[in-house]
Amino acid sequence: MKRDPIYGMIAEFDSATALVEAARSTHQAGYKKIDAYSPFPIEGLAEAIGFDHDEVPLVVLIGGIVGGLTGYLMQYWMSAVDYPLNIGGKPYHSWPSFIVITFEMTILFAGISAVFGMLALNGLPMPYHPVFNVPRFALASKDRFFLIVFSSDPKYDAAGTFDFLQRLGPRSISEVPG
Amino acid sequence: MDEQNKIAVDTQAPVIEPGYTFGTVTEKISAIVLTRPASNGWFVGFGVAFLMTMMLLYAIGYLVLKGIGIWGVTIPIGWGFAIVNFVWWIGIGHAGTLISAILLLLRQSWRNSINRFAEAMTLFAVACAGIFPAIHVGRPWLAYWLFPYPSTMGVWPQFRSPLMWDVFAVSTYATISAMFWFIGLIPDMATLRDRATHPVARIAYGMLSMGWRGSARHWHRYETAYLLLAGLATPLVLSVHTVVSFDFAVGIVPGWHTTIFPPYFVAGAIYSGFAMVLMLAIPIRKIYGLEDFITELHLQNAAKVMLATGLIVAYGYGIEAFMGWYSGDRYDAFTIWNRLHGPYAIPYWSLLICNIFIPQVLWIRKLRTTPVALFLVSGVILVGMWLERFIIVVVSLHRDFLTSSWGMYYPTRWDWMTYIGTIGMFLAAIFLFVRLLPMISIFEMRTLLPEAEVKE
Repeated sequence: MKRDPIYGMIAEFDSATALVEAARSTHQAGYKKIDAYSPFPIEGLAEAIGFDHDEVPLVVLIGGIVGGLTGYLMQYWMSAVDYPLNIGGKPYHSWPSFIVITFEMTILFAGISAVFGMLALNGLPMPYHPVFNVPRFALASKDRFFLIVFSSDPKYDAAGTFDFLQRLGPRSISEVPG
Repeated sequence: MDEQNKIAVDTQAPVIEPGYTFGTVTEKISAIVLTRPASNGWFVGFGVAFLMTMMLLYAIGYLVLKGIGIWGVTIPIGWGFAIVNFVWWIGIGHAGTLISAILLLLRQSWRNSINRFAEAMTLFAVACAGIFPAIHVGRPWLAYWLFPYPSTMGVWPQFRSPLMWDVFAVSTYATISAMFWFIGLIPDMATLRDRATHPVARIAYGMLSMGWRGSARHWHRYETAYLLLAGLATPLVLSVHTVVSFDFAVGIVPGWHTTIFPPYFVAGAIYSGFAMVLMLAIPIRKIYGLEDFITELHLQNAAKVMLATGLIVAYGYGIEAFMGWYSGDRYDAFTIWNRLHGPYAIPYWSLLICNIFIPQVLWIRKLRTTPVALFLVSGVILVGMWLERFIIVVVSLHRDFLTSSWGMYYPTRWDWMTYIGTIGMFLAAIFLFVRLLPMISIFEMRTLLPEAEVKE
């Protein structure tokens, strides 16, 4: 696969407010392939870069339903179909006794789906990523805020994008090698 | 932050002392792990805890060799220390999930500085708890029979038994708590990866961070997943001790067969859990100079939670005594009389003193803000809650319906070694945790700073 020598252009900001404003202007200026990086979750930042489809809740819902069905059907099949055992004269299919494990399995599967679903949708684990090539990016996990325009964006051109980002008042701008 | 919280913060001690920035919060917490050298005190503390862990392994090893006859358990008291300690430890674990999940849903921002180590405490406590039922089954190497796996024997577990429910409840709880804790750590692992200078530390934290880079899309999914996990953990934590109480309440032994057990067990769990949180938080904040992050507000709030849950527990004792009289059941009435005057009267009266009378000093504001006093009261509560489980397990079993099946329970040194050994294992894990991982959630502390707010 041919790799673009340049991955994008990244601008560094001082505050959460500056980043949200910059992200919003960049998105409104027609740049669609952008991303923002911050040391903590910022409300409204994902919307500012045009992210509007979070599939995590759906994954968790499906996980929970599958878990609940698995839990109940497992107990039903084992106690009433595969090896019915008479325990104190109780019915083989004694559903009230099956509720607790059904509940626990619902929670277990939903929880596992939440964690692994989130990681998978985020494409993690991913030990290498081009943005790590920018030395100042180490501050993204401390107190700096970054906005990147990917070179795959149709509007991207090195000089034009640099000028555009410059107008947003960043602290620094660097090109990200691919 | 909404209006109500603002007022609360203005009139009380703050959640975080003023004057911190993103940079200083990050440096202060990560420095404990990355640059601060381990003190002699740490080595001594860890060494003692490690030796206690070795004692635990010795006790378990001998148990596997000889069988549970080395313990004091006999018929009628077949559930001795093993079950007492299991319930005690699993109860302690509850505070971690309460702090990290329930307080998150209730938007209690003060939780941000104590949730990380409270969750760690949960994990280690559940690990200690899990040892007991496994070694109590008699042939511990067959404990996996508890799980429904296709075997050549063709039989399946008996799902109508609360003991089976417990297997699922506790293993789900352990799994969810571990994942919740790990997910919370990912962004902080990235911070440590970027700060660490030692190559081994960089690689280790780098791998644990999973390549986290703080992308806005990632944060969005992350927060959704975290919130959903909190929503799932909330009913889960309430269910765990409820199911543990079913182990007793579904039986017909007087002293076990009561409907008050589920809520009273959950309240007792949170009671002892917060006591353990305080017993850990108070020395840790002092030793590592974290008074600015774990402030008086946290100590006060924890004390208030203990006061409230302590009163629920007291209500539970009251209802038990009332029902013993009101039911007109002579066995139930005898159970209460036997607790107050029988051979185990001293543990029962100690329990009342530890769990009901002494904690009432927490009504005094001055004491709620005095760390030493809180530490001591927490210790008393932990002893009291251990005695409560001892009373429930042993005193109920030793006098059942027929005088011919009455007996006494005397713990042996192996019982004590196993119990004290798990305390050592718990402490050893805590000692390692504070040195290897950020004990306060760095990224959640950043969100508490005023500069984190986006001004439109």
